[in-house]
Amino acid sequence: MFRIASIFAGLIAVGLSVFFWLAWYPAIGIIPVPAANSFSANLVEQGAALAGAGDCAVCHTAASGKPYAGGYGLATPFGIIYSPNITPDAQTGIGGWSETAFDRAMHLGISRDGTQLYPAFPYDHFTKISPPDLHALYAYLMTRQPVSATAPQNTLPFPFDIRYLQAGWKLLYFHAGAYQAVPSESATWNRGAYLATGLGHCGGCHTPRNALGAEEASQTYAGAAVDSWTAPALTAANPSPLPWTQADIFSYLRTGASARHGAAAGPMSAVIHTGLAQLPDSDLGAMAVYFAAHNGSATAKASAPHAATEAGDQQLMDTDAHLYANACASCHYSGNQAPRAIRPDLALVSALWLPDPSNFILTVLRGAGMQDGIPGVMMPGFGGAMSDDEIVRLANYLRRTRTNLPPWPDLSQKVAALRGAGNHS
Amino acid sequence: MTSFLLNGSAVSPVSPEDTPLLWVVRDELGLKGTKFGCGIGECGACTVHVNGRAQRSCITPVGAVAGASITTIEGLDPAGQHPLQRAWIAAQAPQCGYCQSGQIMQAATLLNDFPDPSPEDISAVMAGNLCRCMAYLRIRAAILMAAPHLRQASINE
Repeated sequence: MFRIASIFAGLIAVGLSVFFWLAWYPAIGIIPVPAANSFSANLVEQGAALAGAGDCAVCHTAASGKPYAGGYGLATPFGIIYSPNITPDAQTGIGGWSETAFDRAMHLGISRDGTQLYPAFPYDHFTKISPPDLHALYAYLMTRQPVSATAPQNTLPFPFDIRYLQAGWKLLYFHAGAYQAVPSESATWNRGAYLATGLGHCGGCHTPRNALGAEEASQTYAGAAVDSWTAPALTAANPSPLPWTQADIFSYLRTGASARHGAAAGPMSAVIHTGLAQLPDSDLGAMAVYFAAHNGSATAKASAPHAATEAGDQQLMDTDAHLYANACASCHYSGNQAPRAIRPDLALVSALWLPDPSNFILTVLRGAGMQDGIPGVMMPGFGGAMSDDEIVRLANYLRRTRTNLPPWPDLSQKVAALRGAGNHS
Repeated sequence: MTSFLLNGSAVSPVSPEDTPLLWVVRDELGLKGTKFGCGIGECGACTVHVNGRAQRSCITPVGAVAGASITTIEGLDPAGQHPLQRAWIAAQAPQCGYCQSGQIMQAATLLNDFPDPSPEDISAVMAGNLCRCMAYLRIRAAILMAAPHLRQASINE
């Protein structure tokens, strides 16, 4: 009996030792903050575009905080994780990080002091970034304005607050390694794939996650919920009535709107206008090639655009039609004209065709700001103007007359919940 | 404080950011041509242009227009001689007149987007601008009267 127990104890001890050996990384020594002029202007400029592709500023900047000074709270199902300060401040930022420490964090998810980083920081994507691109990113971040700022404590409960355990997560879900070009695809496709799967970490929002917060490898780009919004599927499963062609994707990523699909809103607005805006047309074009190949739009048949009953909107006795005619049609009616991004046709906008009504409801409640969609163009929010019941009627009316899809279930509860939801965008 | 352009001039009203643009324009900046109707974006009386496009100012918080260019009925044409304003007079469109500044601002966006509007286009785009005097037929006539002048003006540009 005692022997069996000691064998078990021995096995557990060996197991723990192996685990700690896997989980343990040495600290990398602090260096004096590199002088800004030790990086060439050209390198910093390259790094700026790459930081845009990775959208670093969005998660590493708090609301009304200084750029890259951290403190942005990412609401995860496990608790709130606050982004750290990545300005080159010696005490509170990454000023003392050598390039070796920076590369290890980006490629392996290990902080300079050897602690495990949470995959809220998408190192599972950043591991694909090439060494020259990392070099430029390091130059860019080390030449930002240093800011003294410490992020608030994460609100992760036990056991998620034990960073050591992240090594287990990595064993299960993390595959370190550079981007592997697909030889059967073009150089442009590979460039798009490199940007989308690496630095761009598109799957971070558009791929559903499992119970432990890892992206489901079998469900890449199948669409997922993020911050009360829906990040739509980027595959053939995307329900838009017209396929997302290469030209549509490019126009959307470049301008924030596609006449055939609608405008960016929610978390995607900043991705486009503060992030991707830093990239040249050629890179956005490459991403469009990659995603168009992914969704099969070249061979997809457009579902017959549903005959929107614009005439029906005028019907005297239909009070739901009146809601739309009074509140929406002055901007959204497009008549016999070809679709125009400036007058988004509700028979075409993705939000109305998604399986989940969140994007539609949030847009009605909050509107779209000048930082969303087409820059400088806005839609007022109707949250203070329409009751929950009116928004439900409007949603049902448009779903009934603009799509050939079944009504959304549980609309009333959804509207009430989203009206109360905090504004994380 | 929010800064924006009002009829071409820089203004920095001090009203809190969630104040409806309508009240800032009327009460703080003193331009009374824009009217309060329903307060819930359903009647069109408060219509102004934000960056050149018709918007309901009663449900637009002033904070949302930071940096934008706002045009009210007072700024549509410096001399009040916009083709729509001349057509409005020629067609004797207004009765009591309360909704008319909103009607004209909305009609300007209508004719910008639909230079040669069909009856359906007018009905759909103007449906959110209510007129309790029922001057709709004369409003429609004025819009059709102004359309060729605006088309000509855009060719001359």
